Amino acid sequence: MNQIPSALSLGIRRGGLEIRQFARQRESVVFTLLFPVILLAIFGSVFKDTIAPGVTFSQYFLAGMIASGLVNTGFQALAITIPLERDFGALKRLRGTPMPASSYFIGKSILIFVSMVIQILLLLGFGILFFGVSLPTDISKWITFTWLVLLGSACSTALGIAFSIVPKSGRGASAVVSPIVIILQFFSGVFFVFTQLPSWMQQVAAIFPLKWLTQGMRSVFLPDSFASQEVTKGWETGKTVVILVVWLVIGIFFSVRKFKWDRD
Amino acid sequence: MSLIEVKGLKKSYGDVHAVRGVDLEIAQGEIFSLLGPNGAGKTTTVEILEGFRTRDSGTVSVLGFDPQTRGHESREWRNRIGIVLQSSADAGDLTVIETIDHFSGYYSNPRNVDEVIHSVGLVEKENALIRNLSGGQRRRLDVALGIIGNPELLFLDEPTTGFDPEARRSFWALIQSLRSSGTTILLTTHYLDEAEALADRVAVINNGVIIEVSTPTELGGRSTSQATVSWRDGQISKSEKSDNPTELVATLSSHFGGEVPELVVSRPSLEDIYLEMIGGTHESDS
Repeated sequence: MNQIPSALSLGIRRGGLEIRQFARQRESVVFTLLFPVILLAIFGSVFKDTIAPGVTFSQYFLAGMIASGLVNTGFQALAITIPLERDFGALKRLRGTPMPASSYFIGKSILIFVSMVIQILLLLGFGILFFGVSLPTDISKWITFTWLVLLGSACSTALGIAFSIVPKSGRGASAVVSPIVIILQFFSGVFFVFTQLPSWMQQVAAIFPLKWLTQGMRSVFLPDSFASQEVTKGWETGKTVVILVVWLVIGIFFSVRKFKWDRD
Repeated sequence: MSLIEVKGLKKSYGDVHAVRGVDLEIAQGEIFSLLGPNGAGKTTTVEILEGFRTRDSGTVSVLGFDPQTRGHESREWRNRIGIVLQSSADAGDLTVIETIDHFSGYYSNPRNVDEVIHSVGLVEKENALIRNLSGGQRRRLDVALGIIGNPELLFLDEPTTGFDPEARRSFWALIQSLRSSGTTILLTTHYLDEAEALADRVAVINNGVIIEVSTPTELGGRSTSQATVSWRDGQISKSEKSDNPTELVATLSSHFGGEVPELVVSRPSLEDIYLEMIGGTHESDS
């Protein structure tokens, strides 16, 4: 008798399958990956101001869009598609096989990570070509960028899986999830300069990960001199890590404990 | 040896007592069919056996394992069973062969993918996207995914809903071939003729309890119940119930001097018996 395949190897197999399925849903590929690029094009063309010496709104917005890309491709996509899979009976069928829950989560994480990387490359490429965005040359900024993407995508994936228990049906999921993401984007300094928002809005945003991801991305893509323009006159890197880790733990906890495989 | 053993199984949802003390024993290698109206406790019972639901009380052993146990042991157990659920519409963007091949990777000793595709009759559709399959073809895929792990025990829930008569016949042949290869099958179905064609034994469940367990031909005293003999006498159709139909036919035969016109001898169908058994006690909401 052979051994049952390990959870990790099945997770990697599932990741491959998820990517293949995703790639075949053309509308969804276009919407998920290109929508932030389209937004960048619109905002970058409308707002051409310089918001600080050497910092254009396009640069500021690009940092915000990369951060929201982490939320869109992870949290939003999962919190909408998992309830659909549940409605279709796909999750219940998986539950009836020897595939462990962890493999399913690993597969989703792989899909999210791959689509995130593609989206970031698209945004950066577009920003460089059309909006004069320049890439940081300092290696320490790339290190910050790497852990931000890793931690941010892990956090976003875990919270998306956890939040998938909230929508009652697959059809209603988008109506529940999308407004939350859009409001968070407004509150977190994606569409507007964060320090120009009312302070109550800033305080609400500071509870959630997106505000910290946008600020973190600004620390990568804007000059260090801009740190003085932030709320606390600094990038608050340590605090960003702590808040993202806390949300990651919350997301993993609810994903593992409360995940629903069946409609009822 | 019993593959499934259930004693005193109970399950309530709030005030609704869905299952109120079910006892079942299913032997290795048999096709066992669970019959009952909607809301009788059929689905709850089966889902407890499949490990999808927990029970309130009673003991359950499926392949010597308690289905509500979690953890690695549960994976080992799921490795030995196959489940074909009532409906699924997932993974429309994958092909038949991709999906079956992927699921085969979940098990320690899967069946050969091509063989399984052949046995469910999907060879010509193996490279078709699932979204382009007909309802019946999709159901065959569901069955393929249920048997790909080479299960010792297969749960089949309403497998032929939406099939045309021809597809049902070939599906039955598939199920019978699984039985002859040693797979034990627990079948739930609304179609009494399906239970009659496939099942070695049937159990009728109603209001959360098993009313009777028997072979399809003996259920509800069917084999010993009165037969109906009908024939035509001139222009008039006649019919008579009898405990001794052979004697009656012999009498008729000598009366007509050989052939009896339009002779039919019948016993109540499984459906007649079943409807009689659940009639009167049926509650739509239990």
